[in-house]
Amino acid sequence: MRDLLARLDGLRERLGEIPQADERRLQELRTEILGRKAGALTEILKALPALDPETRKSVGGTANALKRELEAAIEAREQELARATGVVGDVDPTMPGRAQWRGGLHLVTQVVDEICEIFRELGLTRAVGPEVETERNNFYALNFAKDHPALDAQDSFYVADNLLLRTHTSPVQVRTMEASKPPIRVVIPGQVYRRDPFDASHAPVFEQIEGLVVDEGISFVDLKATLSLFARRFFAADTAVRFHPSFFPFTEPSADMSVRCTVCGGRGCATCKQSGWMEILGSGMVHPAVLENCGIDSERYTGFAFGMGPHRIAMLRYGIPDIRLLYESDVRFLAQFAGGVQ
Amino acid sequence: MILSRRWLEALLGRSLDAREMERVLTAHVSPVEGVTPLHQDLGDVLIARVLEVKKHPNADRLSLCLVDAGGTGGPVEVVCGAPNVQAGKVYPFAPVGAVLPGGLKLERRKIRGTESNGMLCSAKELGLGTDAGGILELDSTAASGTRFLDALPIADDQIALEVYANRPDLLCHRGVARELAASLGGTVKLPAIPGATPPPFALAPVRGAGGGREGVTDGVRVVVEDVEGAPRYMIAVIRGVRVAPSPAWLADRVAAAGQRPINNVVDATNYILLELNQPMHAFDLAKLRGPAVVVRRAKPNERIVTLDGVERTLSADMTAICDAERPTIVAGVMGSAESEVSATTTDLVLECAYFQATRIRRTRRALGLSSESSYRYERGIDMLGMPDALRRAIDLIIAVAGGTVREPPLDLWAEPQQARSVFLRPERVDRVLGLAFARSEIEQLLSSVGFVVAPKDERLAVQVPGWRPDVTREVDLIEEVARLKGYEAFPDELRPYRPGTVPTAPAELALARVRERMARAGFLEARTSSLGPADGPDAVALRNPLSTEEGYLRNRLLPGLVRRVEYNWTVRERDIRLFEVGTVFKPRPGQAPEELPSLAGVLTGARRPGHWTEGAKVPDMDIWDLKRHFELAVEAAAPGARVVSAIGGGVWSAIDEHDRVVGSASTQVADAPKWAGGLLGFEVEIAVAEAPRPAYARLPTQPPTVQDLSLVVPAGVVAKQVETRLRDAGGALLERLEVLDEYRGPNLPANTRGVTWRCVFRDPSRTLRDSEVDDMIRRALAALEGELGVRRRTG
Repeated sequence: MRDLLARLDGLRERLGEIPQADERRLQELRTEILGRKAGALTEILKALPALDPETRKSVGGTANALKRELEAAIEAREQELARATGVVGDVDPTMPGRAQWRGGLHLVTQVVDEICEIFRELGLTRAVGPEVETERNNFYALNFAKDHPALDAQDSFYVADNLLLRTHTSPVQVRTMEASKPPIRVVIPGQVYRRDPFDASHAPVFEQIEGLVVDEGISFVDLKATLSLFARRFFAADTAVRFHPSFFPFTEPSADMSVRCTVCGGRGCATCKQSGWMEILGSGMVHPAVLENCGIDSERYTGFAFGMGPHRIAMLRYGIPDIRLLYESDVRFLAQFAGGVQ
Repeated sequence: MILSRRWLEALLGRSLDAREMERVLTAHVSPVEGVTPLHQDLGDVLIARVLEVKKHPNADRLSLCLVDAGGTGGPVEVVCGAPNVQAGKVYPFAPVGAVLPGGLKLERRKIRGTESNGMLCSAKELGLGTDAGGILELDSTAASGTRFLDALPIADDQIALEVYANRPDLLCHRGVARELAASLGGTVKLPAIPGATPPPFALAPVRGAGGGREGVTDGVRVVVEDVEGAPRYMIAVIRGVRVAPSPAWLADRVAAAGQRPINNVVDATNYILLELNQPMHAFDLAKLRGPAVVVRRAKPNERIVTLDGVERTLSADMTAICDAERPTIVAGVMGSAESEVSATTTDLVLECAYFQATRIRRTRRALGLSSESSYRYERGIDMLGMPDALRRAIDLIIAVAGGTVREPPLDLWAEPQQARSVFLRPERVDRVLGLAFARSEIEQLLSSVGFVVAPKDERLAVQVPGWRPDVTREVDLIEEVARLKGYEAFPDELRPYRPGTVPTAPAELALARVRERMARAGFLEARTSSLGPADGPDAVALRNPLSTEEGYLRNRLLPGLVRRVEYNWTVRERDIRLFEVGTVFKPRPGQAPEELPSLAGVLTGARRPGHWTEGAKVPDMDIWDLKRHFELAVEAAAPGARVVSAIGGGVWSAIDEHDRVVGSASTQVADAPKWAGGLLGFEVEIAVAEAPRPAYARLPTQPPTVQDLSLVVPAGVVAKQVETRLRDAGGALLERLEVLDEYRGPNLPANTRGVTWRCVFRDPSRTLRDSEVDDMIRRALAALEGELGVRRRTG
């Protein structure tokens, strides 16, 4: 008899499982305990007639009470589960809802906006300028020397003598400095052009974002601080950032900024060309000749400038293997960055 | 620039770790793009000693050698075809199973009936040169069985350094070694040339006569007519050389730096180029008419067949090195095939020149011909270092090819220059860099790469070495201080700043607003190239396009978007709604083209995603979808403009306050597959203006009165006319007007249609009486009937 009571106690503990059971588990429990053929409780009840009356009474009472409790708990749980699926009358709530077409911004626009927004928090507002520029604004005011090899990297499209499609948004630096007084704090997004045919990593037209900060007392430390903060905000708070020497005619000293490869974490992979670092932007202290060319006193004012390519950054960040995907406007691609088509 | 680690080690007199070099160069000098270990494919090759050489029993030209390759099984038999194999000597040996450069895997095999257990190798078989005439005899004391790479100083790394246009000094091993010494310690010393004897006489370049424009050395007359093009020009004559393949060390050096070994004289000049960044040009004295060397501007249409076998036409703004009759070298770019050093050359004219950078650049571009020399001249070489370079070149040539210099070389330098001095204010360093530098640290950093620093009052007078043509102003020295210190040394803590004076550009705000509205209306943003085929007669053409397909600036966005729809059709997408915001270009005679921000949209396919409750297919978008999207686009892009029926072409136009057409919408013609829906599109100029601010109107508390009017509208009368009459009659009390339905059919008189309007009347301040509403309806019906012949439908 003790044995039977102990078994009933064991079964009583199973009661606790019922309110958590899902549909399938509930069915299992029912079969295990109350199953007509081999349910644990059924077996006990089946064994009752063979017991002496005293025992039969005490065990039978407990067993039947437990059976009622179990049945009630299982039924309650069944109703709960039914409510969760929500079937009311003949409505099947798992059928799809009615959709609308979804719109969205292009990935490059999103990246440009995100970058500009980070700089806006640092007090840099957006400035823009024309895409067709003079040689003076695109090159010579920016301290490019005539016939200098630095021009080789700037192979450009011309529309007339002395009028070209800008090769960077730097001419807007010139325009801004000529039109405004320091302090100047701007970012300059816009389309730029280089005479490179389309391939997996080049396009003749692409987006650029430059930045310019000019004021009294601006130093290389401000450059490093501003751009490091940008990198940590844009990538991750613990992103490792590295600056190393570079060359641009319009900045001196010049520095390229890289971040730890976001794909491999620095171990080396195809994305970072095994270096562990991804080059993100070029920067430098504004060359005094540029300030002078724009009518700013280069003794009193100093500044820094930087430039980056949102197409490239989008490719690095989202693992996009071919820049042409950003121009094809395949709706399946666009929808991936708009949360879907519907 | 490809650098050999071993070459740099020779210059620094110490060993270098490739990774360490990569770190230091990237941090302080210029980024390393990659490191390639050389000769790693020789890992299976061993040092072996030949113990015994016998004739091959079945072949006259083969020998059978007993070779000790250190293997546990003792010496092995190897068949060898080389004539120079000797017992007791040491050779590189590829055992059975070894893989040689080029992927050849050695197997045990029978050669003329005798088994050969490996191969004794020639230099060519190991990729170490062109000599295939015999096996490579080694001067090595290493034990047999030692790995070839471990026994001989042949393992090397090629370091690819990105060199920017401002640092020509990094285009040679000495320049990079100098930077490494500055960071890692040590001094740079030119390695001794194996086999060089002291110069035959004290070699002091002499100033030429004629104001440094002409002179004679060893029977060769040299005249510099074009002093501007060749400000310093040196010539040496070396007689009695023997042109032959270079000794292994020299061939190995130039090969490790990425140059193909050619012969001892050419390799020697390349060695000087790669070590000191001084282009040297050796040419054959026997081919020189005169013999004279005349440096002058080329004559118009003068011709020369360059080394690459191509005939080039010169022009008067190029410098030519000529003999008594005609050009033999395109100065600083390439020599002629005729005057090239050949196997029969015995007497050399050796040129060591400084050519003006912009002249070389223009020549190179005009001829479409560049060379290692032109690349360096364009960037600027060390004019002050030329005598040392020439001296070393002569030493090297005599060491590897023999010959003598009988008379001092000529140094024609019409206007001698001295090292430039630039002043540096230490406090300016601190201001620009934001970090306090001790004066002594500035001096130490600058001296470490060859600047000579002397205090001058409060400033430092810094003498710039000849190899740094980029350093001309104070700020250039500040950059040197920053990079030598290392950018990592600077803190990156953000400091307070003053807000800028430039407000956000209104255009950016307008464009962002338009994009947002279009996305909200269910359109995906496209970004297409602004270069394409001409999309109208007044498209702005590029002067130097990559192709005619991308030869014009767009003057509308819509054609580009239609091409994108066609693209989407090719990938079987049917439901497409795209918009683009971008610049379009309109020509202006004599001026830069006008740049206008524009918005375009295209729509095709299902009006909305299908839903199972509707069963049947969702209808495709039609002109009524177009009209509404166009209205919304106009509202976003050109606030204040009206949408009207188009006069000629298109379906609707947008007209601004000045009655200027600023947009249009219509069905589009496209290359569509059969299953595609109709294509609709619109384009609107974006007005860069603030969006009008909506005004607040008090929310009404009175209930509306709704009246539906079924009207019979004769042909020729349009909805707009009806609407005007209804609004006139209703005035301010007519709150809303909607078209509920249009009906055409047999129950109506001929040439009419039925249109049902819903009029919603409301007075915000009081309840309207039925009689007032009836009055308005009556007035409206009277006007409609009287003016338009529109009647209320009966029955």
